[in-house]
Amino acid sequence: MSFTLPRKGLPQIAAFILVLLINFAVSPQFFDLRLQDGRLFGSLIDVFNRGAPVALLSLGMVLVVATRGIDLSVGAVMAISGALAATLADTQPLPVVLLAALGAGLLCGLWNGILVAVLGIQPIVATLILMVAGRGIAQLITEGRIVTFTSPGLAWFGGGSILGLPVPVVLTASVLAVAALVVRGSALGLLIEATGANARASALAGIETRMTTIAVYVWSGFCASLAGIVAAADILGADANNAGLWLELDAILAVVIAGSSLLGGRFSLALAVLGALIIQAMNTGILLAGFKPEFNLVVKAVVVLVVLLAQSPRLSAIGVLLARRSA
Amino acid sequence: MTRYLPVIVTAAVFALGYAICALQFPAFLSTRVIADLLTDNAFLGILAVGMTFVIISGGIDLSVGSVVGFTTVFLALAIGTWNIPPLLAFMLVLLVATLFGATMGALIQGFEMPPFIVTLAGMFLARGASFLLSTESIPVTAPLYGAISDFALRLPGGGRLSVVGLIMLAVFLAGGILLHLTRFGTNVYALGGSRVSTGLMGISVGRHTVAIYALSSFLAGLSGIVFSLYTSSGYSLSAVGVELDTIAAVVIGGTLLTGGYGFMAGTFLGVLMQGLIQTYINFDGTLSSWWTKIVTGVLLFAFIAFQQATLALARRSVRGTAAKGTTP
Repeated sequence: MSFTLPRKGLPQIAAFILVLLINFAVSPQFFDLRLQDGRLFGSLIDVFNRGAPVALLSLGMVLVVATRGIDLSVGAVMAISGALAATLADTQPLPVVLLAALGAGLLCGLWNGILVAVLGIQPIVATLILMVAGRGIAQLITEGRIVTFTSPGLAWFGGGSILGLPVPVVLTASVLAVAALVVRGSALGLLIEATGANARASALAGIETRMTTIAVYVWSGFCASLAGIVAAADILGADANNAGLWLELDAILAVVIAGSSLLGGRFSLALAVLGALIIQAMNTGILLAGFKPEFNLVVKAVVVLVVLLAQSPRLSAIGVLLARRSA
Repeated sequence: MTRYLPVIVTAAVFALGYAICALQFPAFLSTRVIADLLTDNAFLGILAVGMTFVIISGGIDLSVGSVVGFTTVFLALAIGTWNIPPLLAFMLVLLVATLFGATMGALIQGFEMPPFIVTLAGMFLARGASFLLSTESIPVTAPLYGAISDFALRLPGGGRLSVVGLIMLAVFLAGGILLHLTRFGTNVYALGGSRVSTGLMGISVGRHTVAIYALSSFLAGLSGIVFSLYTSSGYSLSAVGVELDTIAAVVIGGTLLTGGYGFMAGTFLGVLMQGLIQTYINFDGTLSSWWTKIVTGVLLFAFIAFQQATLALARRSVRGTAAKGTTP
């Protein structure tokens, strides 16, 4: 896989470099890095740091999409985990806080997985339930207030650094590495792709499609709760109304940019993270250029449309024809 | 009879919920509460009519909430800053919304893209456009707005059926007729059943897809006008997340999300059900508004589980009769 990746991800890597170069043209200090209190600072580091929550979400989302599913609840799960972590942070030891937040994410994922795999509900609808109710649950946990905390242990996940790099960046990189190792180092990735490509044929071929499906939703819930912890640690608090709001859409967008088909059957973890970084680099660029942040949504809409048009079956059929002729 | 089962269940649950509310708070039986239920949920109801068409045709429209937001900002600016007469502004915004929906429908049809992602892009675009127009909450002070909010049909018992409530009832009536009594409505059901068979029957799938999404966005524009009349202001963050409430209302009303099945009356009940939960929480006073989300989620789950169960039973009985047919 490591050999095929560069060629496969060429458009995405080119797009990322292009966005970075545009940012550099807009703001000449873009690539400046400086070391302060043992941590690197700079706009480029900022792109990676701010992009971490969406990158984590897209790591979960990409496997769900690979099974021909979608997880709309990740933003709400982020809010639940963040709310749990923030409310427990100052009274409980750190391991309990983390276990509670991650456990909540796993449970949410299990709920989604059971709805999709056992009850046979379409993924959009099944995860819509938690998307609607989840934010209510998060507000129940915080009792409708914005909960703040001072625990340095939890705050480390947002503002700390390892070897000069911000913790969210290291965390995202390690989740990517572990996931890539497990999914691509074993047959698991193949089983996930097979489930997405044709669930019925896969089941007949002896693949536990039901377990595979449940597993990817649980994984997505886990990633969402990690993102929730990072987001809560970043602002030293939890806002059940706004934590993770719209991020499910950013995560889906990242996965689409990564070239994963929404119809399932193929995925790339590394490109999903790259997709999230492209989105974040665009956000940063819009801010650096002095445009109002309101432009973000319009730019994102245009990017979604362009990427989708490039991927659409009709256009790609034409593309294949052209490629054959030139080959 | 079984055809109407989901709607009957929704009606029964609504009646039960209403009875519980009325037992606890006798004021629920007054026409004032009923009229307010219609007024407060008018914009949601109008959206739900459009969404019913989209969902029965097998699609989904995530852009409706953003279109409402865009409409309110556009109207506030058009009337307040650009000095366009309100009625002309209404027509302009309805035209823009309809074209917007038609474009989404054309993209879905023309490039075989999933409706979910196209309308997601539409949601970003409409919300972004309203942010670009203005990020502030702008009051609308046109005399027409005052006149409309003063006018109401007085019901016996002190209830005031407002103009926006009447508009919603009219839209439901028109939507019901269009869905159940016209050829267009029948074709919408056919599309939800199978796009391929519909095409083979000689029905223009493309033209209908465009029309359905144009209708949904048109109604979202109308809902935005109603929202603007209801709040007398325009704000780019208004109606955030309403697309989910709308989908929830349609599903609670018994419409199948896989398409091909559903009733306008069910959607009406689904909208009222959400309004009922909100009204109950307002009456109670101690419960917080986030309970609305949780209860809506629970109801959503209950109705989807019920649909899955009836579908499974139906499939089993079909298989049972098929097996019986082959054995002798």
